[in-house]
Amino acid sequence: MDLNLFKQENNYTWRIEPTGQMRVPAIIYADESLMREMDLKVYEQITNVATLPGIVKAAYAMPDAHWGYGFPIGGVAVFDPEQDGVVSAGGVGFDISCGVRTLHTGLTYLDIERVKEGLATQLYNDVPAGMGSTGNIRLNHQQMDAMLKGGAHWAVTNGYGNNEDLLRIEEQGCMPGADPSQVSDKAKHRQRDEMGTLGSGNHYLEVQHVTEIYDPKVAEAFALKQGDAVLSIHCGSRGLGHQIGTEFLRSMAISASQYGIDLPDRELACAPIHSTVGQSYLGAMRAAINCALANRQIITHLARGAFSRILPQAALTLLYDVSHNTCKEEAHTIDGNKRRLYVHRKGATRAFGPGHVDIPESLRSIGQPVLIGGTMGTASYILTGTVEGEQRAFSSACHGAGRAMSRRQAKKRWYGHQLVEELAARGIVIRSPSLRGVAEEAPGAYKDVSAVVDAADQAGLARKVARLEPMICIKG
Amino acid sequence: MSVPEWKHFEHGADIGVYGSGTTVAEAFIQAAQALTAVITNPDAVAATIKIEIECEAPDLELLFVDWLNALIYEMAIRNMLFSRFEMELEASHLHAFVWGEKLDQNKHQPAVEVKGATYTALKVSQDKDDIWYAQTVVDV
Repeated sequence: MDLNLFKQENNYTWRIEPTGQMRVPAIIYADESLMREMDLKVYEQITNVATLPGIVKAAYAMPDAHWGYGFPIGGVAVFDPEQDGVVSAGGVGFDISCGVRTLHTGLTYLDIERVKEGLATQLYNDVPAGMGSTGNIRLNHQQMDAMLKGGAHWAVTNGYGNNEDLLRIEEQGCMPGADPSQVSDKAKHRQRDEMGTLGSGNHYLEVQHVTEIYDPKVAEAFALKQGDAVLSIHCGSRGLGHQIGTEFLRSMAISASQYGIDLPDRELACAPIHSTVGQSYLGAMRAAINCALANRQIITHLARGAFSRILPQAALTLLYDVSHNTCKEEAHTIDGNKRRLYVHRKGATRAFGPGHVDIPESLRSIGQPVLIGGTMGTASYILTGTVEGEQRAFSSACHGAGRAMSRRQAKKRWYGHQLVEELAARGIVIRSPSLRGVAEEAPGAYKDVSAVVDAADQAGLARKVARLEPMICIKG
Repeated sequence: MSVPEWKHFEHGADIGVYGSGTTVAEAFIQAAQALTAVITNPDAVAATIKIEIECEAPDLELLFVDWLNALIYEMAIRNMLFSRFEMELEASHLHAFVWGEKLDQNKHQPAVEVKGATYTALKVSQDKDDIWYAQTVVDV
């Protein structure tokens, strides 16, 4: 992007003053190099978001921001229900509550290395991945509604995991305010065979090892040591979330004019929080959050089974579970006043700083673990929320590397089998039902995740704690 | 430009589908081929099972998104891919028959599943040569 479009506040903060229909400024957190490479569409989309009714303080983009639909991916926007604020289906996206969960394994790099191929095959056999893959769980109507109400809580009650897991999940594994009656029969039907499935695209299950510790004190509190093996799962609410996104995007695009909302882009489809459509969406979207939490909980159970067959001494315990496509009601202090606000994070992670009441008690003095997923050939990172993050972007941080190249370009540039061989030569085992899918997800198609994470750290959005590198990647 | 045709266009994270033809229906059908091609080679999909689809929307652009989303929904719940399409389109109502087959992992090697059709880069219009085209980005 042309940096003349921005007022540079410091090395990592770039501001766009309100012009035209913008109600608030737009702020992008990134270093100069990421800014130069960033798609101009991010500028267009973030300034569009700044025009929406009831937006508070500013529209924000994280260092991994790229062209999304309506909102940029890596977009954060907060709305005040008492100022005609809106909730936007486009601002959450199709894969509602897509997120990352990381578990300790109680094992080391060397333990995994000895059985890597066998463990990869076992995980690939036990965790359904890719288009058309189905789980072994079929829910009847009542069970589906109970799952949509209960989230990971429902999953644990039904034998998938244990109560300790719940303590390390946002909202303790159960999103309040979910209303299954607002979820259409079509959305429920689409989910019927998809419980406990990974999906495709950028979703994955990885066994990783800790290669660097940046903050020993926080790492100790997170129980992370160099050489530890961990398991990370990246997936979301599957077909149910996709269908809810599809249906509410349509109804909000059509109803916007009735509420006097002038949409600069149909994809920004939204409705006042205090409207029938807005409330209906919130009930359905929260049910989809629970679906995603239940899904990651079931996959955790499947992964535990796979580990127990290959490495019986493994003990998979949750470090944390974060969601990155959500709209959540949160308390934030604006000019000294505590207000209940609706925080949209589209491809962005919640990052509460030390002391926040929504952090599990055992970690409260440290800060919330922030899990940043990388690519199958580079690295992922664990960060922690900061106190100043609240002022920066309502306690939000980036969510991944962010794509730098389209799938079409990636497919032309790489061959799946070559990538699998190259990664194998570097000690990374890939299992995937689709070689074309692997090519489209080539590590080179993404931004430099380390630069993204450094920018988030330097901007004060979150602080670096540990670096993880992949050993096994199950790619959907 | 050859007509009818389908193609993909660039989007940062996802992918754009484009179809063109001498009628709106033809453009919609071509875009449906582009949708299948996001997942697999459409030539590898046999047209053995027939499905009926109907959509109604306030305008042509929303109708186009509804059409793609109806296909995405049918693919998801039936675990199918589609390769042959027939459509009657009047005003903003369409009635279509689509043919395809059950997804076969080995045969089709699906690259990715499509989550939904978006309104990004959405356009249904006629160019200066009166050729209809329909395009939008799909989320994968």
